[in-house]
Amino acid sequence: MLAFALTLLLLLGIVIVLAYAERKVAAFMQDRMGPTEAGPYGSLQSVLDVVKLLQKEDIVPAAADKKLFKLAPILIFAAVFAGFAVIPFTPDLIPAGIGIGVFYLLAIISLDVVGLLMAGWGSNNKYAMLGAMRSVAQIVSYEIPAGLAILSVVMVCQSLDFQEISYQQGILLNRFPGLEFETNWLFGIEALGINTTNIGGITTWNIFRAPILLVAFVIYFIASLAESNRAPFDIPEAESELVAGFHVEYSGFRFAILFLAEYSMMVLVSLVAVILFLGSWNTPLPNLTALKFANWTTGTVGELSGILWGGFWLLSKTFVLLFLQLQIRWTYPRLRVDQLMHLCWKVLTPIALGIVLLAGIWRLLMV
Amino acid sequence: MERSSVTHKTGFWEVTKSLLSGLRLTWRHFRNADKRRAPVPVMDADYFKQPEGLVTLTYPYEAIPVPENGRYRLHNEIDDCIVCDLCAKICPVNCITIESVKATEEIGMTSDGTKKRLYAPIFDIDMAKCCFCGLCTTVCPTDCLTMTPVYDFAEVDIKNMIYHFTDLTPEQAEEKKQLLAKQQEEMAAAKAAALAARKQQ
Ligand code: SF4
Ligand code: SF4
Repeated sequence: MLAFALTLLLLLGIVIVLAYAERKVAAFMQDRMGPTEAGPYGSLQSVLDVVKLLQKEDIVPAAADKKLFKLAPILIFAAVFAGFAVIPFTPDLIPAGIGIGVFYLLAIISLDVVGLLMAGWGSNNKYAMLGAMRSVAQIVSYEIPAGLAILSVVMVCQSLDFQEISYQQGILLNRFPGLEFETNWLFGIEALGINTTNIGGITTWNIFRAPILLVAFVIYFIASLAESNRAPFDIPEAESELVAGFHVEYSGFRFAILFLAEYSMMVLVSLVAVILFLGSWNTPLPNLTALKFANWTTGTVGELSGILWGGFWLLSKTFVLLFLQLQIRWTYPRLRVDQLMHLCWKVLTPIALGIVLLAGIWRLLMV
Repeated sequence: MERSSVTHKTGFWEVTKSLLSGLRLTWRHFRNADKRRAPVPVMDADYFKQPEGLVTLTYPYEAIPVPENGRYRLHNEIDDCIVCDLCAKICPVNCITIESVKATEEIGMTSDGTKKRLYAPIFDIDMAKCCFCGLCTTVCPTDCLTMTPVYDFAEVDIKNMIYHFTDLTPEQAEEKKQLLAKQQEEMAAAKAAALAARKQQ
């Protein structure tokens, strides 16, 4: 219960910051100023937006399927939020440390799609329905390259446990029960003869342990943009052309929840990308002979320093990825539906399949 | 660099390069966000030379100064107005309403030395009708009707767009009218008396 409350609080905090950052970053990239009035530099803007949304009337259209309509936002948010349960925030802080975290995450996030369809169908509005169909088609399609990219990580790491995958990517490798006698080699190739177990830092991140995962990371990142309906894959709710996608009929609190779910999804996919590819809560600074950067910036596991450093690295890496998502949104034009499907099925999926094969071969080199 | 459109035959590196150059562009704008456009007037030499940084001016706090000869809200310095009615006559949209009352004696002088002989119980300019042609300011013999640099004077109630410039309260105006009527009566009486006197001769 405590983990639930803490995670929810943390998530709300991040989403508020992200909503503000989105407006400011967007403004700066377009040579505008963004919010300036509410609080210093407009920093209270997103808080006020939430307050405003909560005051608004919760309208349920007369022709809507009331049960589905009311339930959908909660289901959508619950599905995304449940994904956070298996995210390791620090070396010893994880809301629910289950052994098949990756599998659970993929499964629970797919529930999102059901919620989207419920919202679209329940609104009894053709535009909401079309928006929902587009969202669902897009998310279901892009789950395949994303899943394959994750699968290649799982093959390299030989684990479905997020915490174990995290431990493997840093100097704390041997501290994880069951990995006491493992060693990390540069690029995962023992023949090179460079032992990075105690060097840690960026050299033990998954994209370095098996450079093939760098490609997997790019694929995952592209797919994750599509999964969270972000530009350039935001056809379902293309703001410049449509009012909204599947959630046109929503207002007030329920709209706030949908909004929250959307931003939570962004945070979640970025967190997963960081954990699977970019060294999770491990520091990016390696130990260089006398300069033990990695040791200094890791802290002691189980103590406050370990928690603070772990949380700091995880969140800062996540924010870098989130920033990249924002930047991409303001850089690239939106893809057409056919281009979207082309990219997914004819480009990303075949490459991802190839990566899975190569990752398997790489794993053979690693043992 | 030679530019060509991206087709499905364009090479992988070309596409990657063009994607990266897009990211560089937004990044450059983001990095320049600490610079701001200065609120300089259009006459300034730097007006067109501020290619970097945020272009927004936070309007009520900052504003681009308007040119001196710009035509904005009218102002009448009523102390200098001789109520000659020229402005009301020239106005193409008839938005100036003047009612004049002759003074019983000389009221005073305007700042350029013209004698004032008329009161103006009503001097209204309806800025909602005004087309800012500026004709009234050019005909004004005492230069009391001028354009100010104020352009932000929107009102919720359109009645407030009518600007009253008179310096007389309705009571004072009534008093002046009565004075004039009395004087005219006296003058008429004096005239009648004079006429009667002449007839008797
Ligand atoms: S500026 Fe032109 S329209 Fe306005 S009051 Fe003067 S004469 Fe009339
Ligand atoms: S032209 Fe000038 S002096 Fe004459 S009535 Fe108009 S404002 Fe007064």
